Amino acid sequence: MAKRFSIRQQTGFTAIAAACFVLLYLPIVVLVAYAFNDSTSVSEWGGFSLRWFVSAWSNVQVIDASLRSLQIASCAAILATIAATMAALATTRTQAYRGLTFKYAFINQPLMVPEIVTGVALLIFFAQIKVATGYSGLGYLIAAHTAFCIPFAYLPIRARLENMDLTLERAAADLYATPWKAFRRVTLPLLWPGIIAGLMLAFVISLDDVVITEFVKSGGQDTLPTYMLGQIRRGITPEVNAISTVFLLLSVVIVTLFFFLSRKRD
Amino acid sequence: MPDTPGKNAIEVRGVRKVFGTGEAQVAALDTVSVSIRENEFFTLLGPSGCGKTTLLRLIAGFDFPSEGEILLYGSDIAPLPPFKRPVNTVFQSYALFPHMTVAQNIGFGLEMLGKPRAEIDARVAEMLKLVRMEKLAKRRTSQISGGQQQRVALARALAPQPKVLLLDEPLSALDYKLRKEMQIELKRLQHETGITFIFVTHDQEEALTMSDRIAVMSSGKILQVGSPRDIYDRPAERFVADFIGETNFLDARIDSLDGGKAKVTLKSGASISATVADGFKPDGDATVVIRPEHAKAVKGQGDISGVVENVVYFGTDTHVHIKLDDGETFTVRQQNARGAGATFERGERVGVVIGDDAAQILKD
Ligand SMILES: Nc1ncnc2c1ncn2[C@@H]1O[C@H](COP(=O)(O)OP(=O)(O)OP(=O)(O)O)[C@@H](O)[C@H]1O
Ligand SMILES: [Mg+2]
Repeated sequence: MAKRFSIRQQTGFTAIAAACFVLLYLPIVVLVAYAFNDSTSVSEWGGFSLRWFVSAWSNVQVIDASLRSLQIASCAAILATIAATMAALATTRTQAYRGLTFKYAFINQPLMVPEIVTGVALLIFFAQIKVATGYSGLGYLIAAHTAFCIPFAYLPIRARLENMDLTLERAAADLYATPWKAFRRVTLPLLWPGIIAGLMLAFVISLDDVVITEFVKSGGQDTLPTYMLGQIRRGITPEVNAISTVFLLLSVVIVTLFFFLSRKRD
Repeated sequence: MPDTPGKNAIEVRGVRKVFGTGEAQVAALDTVSVSIRENEFFTLLGPSGCGKTTLLRLIAGFDFPSEGEILLYGSDIAPLPPFKRPVNTVFQSYALFPHMTVAQNIGFGLEMLGKPRAEIDARVAEMLKLVRMEKLAKRRTSQISGGQQQRVALARALAPQPKVLLLDEPLSALDYKLRKEMQIELKRLQHETGITFIFVTHDQEEALTMSDRIAVMSSGKILQVGSPRDIYDRPAERFVADFIGETNFLDARIDSLDGGKAKVTLKSGASISATVADGFKPDGDATVVIRPEHAKAVKGQGDISGVVENVVYFGTDTHVHIKLDDGETFTVRQQNARGAGATFERGERVGVVIGDDAAQILKD
C-alpha cells in the first residue's frame, strides 16, 4: 500500500525546520536577553539589570527619534492607506481594460525599484524643492514614507475587495442606495479588515525604514532606526538592545491589537 | 399573441444585448419583445445561458440594452440608474448584507429612501411577520439557515413596495421539500402584496405550477409566451414541447392540410390526424409531437406498434417505454388504478393508440 506523501516524514525535515526557527528567533532571544545585561558589553553577561532601559528612557535623543518615528509612521500609514484604498477601489471596481496591468505595476512600483534608487531620486528632487520653497520640515519624510508604503497597504485591501461579492453592492444599489451610500454602508464596513491590515503593514514598514530615510532626512531628523544605526557605528552598548526590545514589544502589541480588531469586524 | 387586457407593468421592446466585440461577440438577448402585466406572476423559463439573468439585469438597471427600450408603466427607464428604479431584486445568491442583522437588512431599502425611523420599524415588523421571521429579527444573516436567508431576501426586496419584483432563480439553492414550501409561500406573497413578479427559473415544473404566464426562452430569444396550459398543451415550437414536460417525436409525411388540421402518415404506415400550431405552414415532411399521457399502450393492434423496453412505476402512474418497429423510442404514461388496467412485461409486443387531438405538428 502506498503511503501518503507527507512532508513531515522526509529525511531532514525536522532538522531544516529547526534550523530555520533557530536562525529566525535565536538572535532575537539573545538580543532581548542582553537588553537586561548589567555589563557595558553586548556579548558578556554581567548579571540582570534594567539600567539600559533607564538609560534609554533618559536619553533625549532616543526619545526624540522615537517620537519622530511614530509621528512619521502614523502620518505615512494613514495617508498611504487612504491612497491605497482609493487605488484598490479604482482598480477592482472597473471592467478589465488594457493598461490595467500597467496600473498595477505603477502602484506597486516601490516594491520593484531598489530602495537606494528611490532614495537618491528623492534626495535630489526634494533638494530642489527645499531650495525653491525654503521648507525643510518633516513633510519630506512623511511624503517619502507615504509613497513607499502605498503598495503594502494596497495589497491586503485589494485582496479583500477582490474576494468581496459584487452582488452585495448591486443589492445596495437595487435598494435605492446612491453609489456613495452603497460605499459607506456596504463596501466600507466589509472592507475594514483589509484596510486595518493595510494600515498595520504600512505602519510597520514605515517604522522600519532606514535606506530612504537616510537619504531624505535633514539634519536633526533622525528616526529611531537611523539613530540606532548611527549609534552602532560609534560603538555599541546594550542600550540599543533595550530600545530594540521596547520596539519589538510595541510591534507585537500593535499586530495583536489589529488582529483582534479585524477579527471582530469579520 | 393575444394582447393585454389591463395595464402593462413592464414592456420590453426589441431589446438586444450584445457582449464582447468582433469575433467574440455574443448576443445574450436577440431582439426580445414582451409585455408583462400589472399584478401578474410572470416566469422566464429557459435552459442555462439563454439570457434570463441578462434580461432581469437590464430591467433592474445593472446593465444597459445594446438596442431597444424597456418601459415601466409606459415610461422609458433607460435614463434611470438602478437606485432610482422602483424595481427590487431577489438575487440568486440572496446577497444579504453580512454585517447587518435580519431586521437591518429588511429596513435597508426604506432607510435609503429616507423614510422616518418609526415608519421603517413598523414596516420591518410587518415584513418579518409576512415571511414568518419575527423571532430571528436580531440575528446576523450568517446565523440563519438557507431557507431563512431566502425569506429575508424576499422581505428585504418587498419592504420598499416596489412596482415590480425580480426574482432570479430564488429557489434553486434549496432542497426539494423546502423548495416546494417556498413555491407556495411565494405564490401567497405575490397574492397578498399584489406586486408584479418576474420570476426566473430553469425548472419547468416550477414554472408550470407557479406562473400566471410563462415566457419560454432559448439562446437569447423568447419562443413563446402564454399561460402554463397554453405552453404545455399548445407549444409553438419543437423546442418548447421538448423543454416543457416529456414528449415523443415521430417523423411523418403530410398528406393533406386543412386549416389547423392535418392528415399525416407515420413511418409505420398508420394514418392519423394532427393539429398544426398557429401560423405554421408545414409541407412535405414534419415532426409529430405526442405527449406520453395522450397515448395508450394496448395489448394487440394500435396506430403504431413495438416492443416494451422498460416499465417504470411511479406510484400515481406508470411509464411504459416502447421500442417502435422503426427503431424510435416512444413513452406512454398511464394512470394507475388499484386492481384495474393492463400491466405490461418487458419484451412484450404492444400497440400504441394515439388519442384524438393528441398529435401536433410543430415548427422545428
Ligand atoms: N458580462 C458578460 N460578458 C460576456 N458574456 C456574458 C456576460 N453575461 C452573460 N453573458 C453571456 O450571455 C448569455 C446569457 O447569460 P445569462 O446569464 O443571461 O444566462 P441565464 O439564462 O441566466 O443562465 P443561467 O440559467 O445559467 O443563469 C450566456 O451565453 C453568457 O455567457
Ligand atoms: Mg442566470
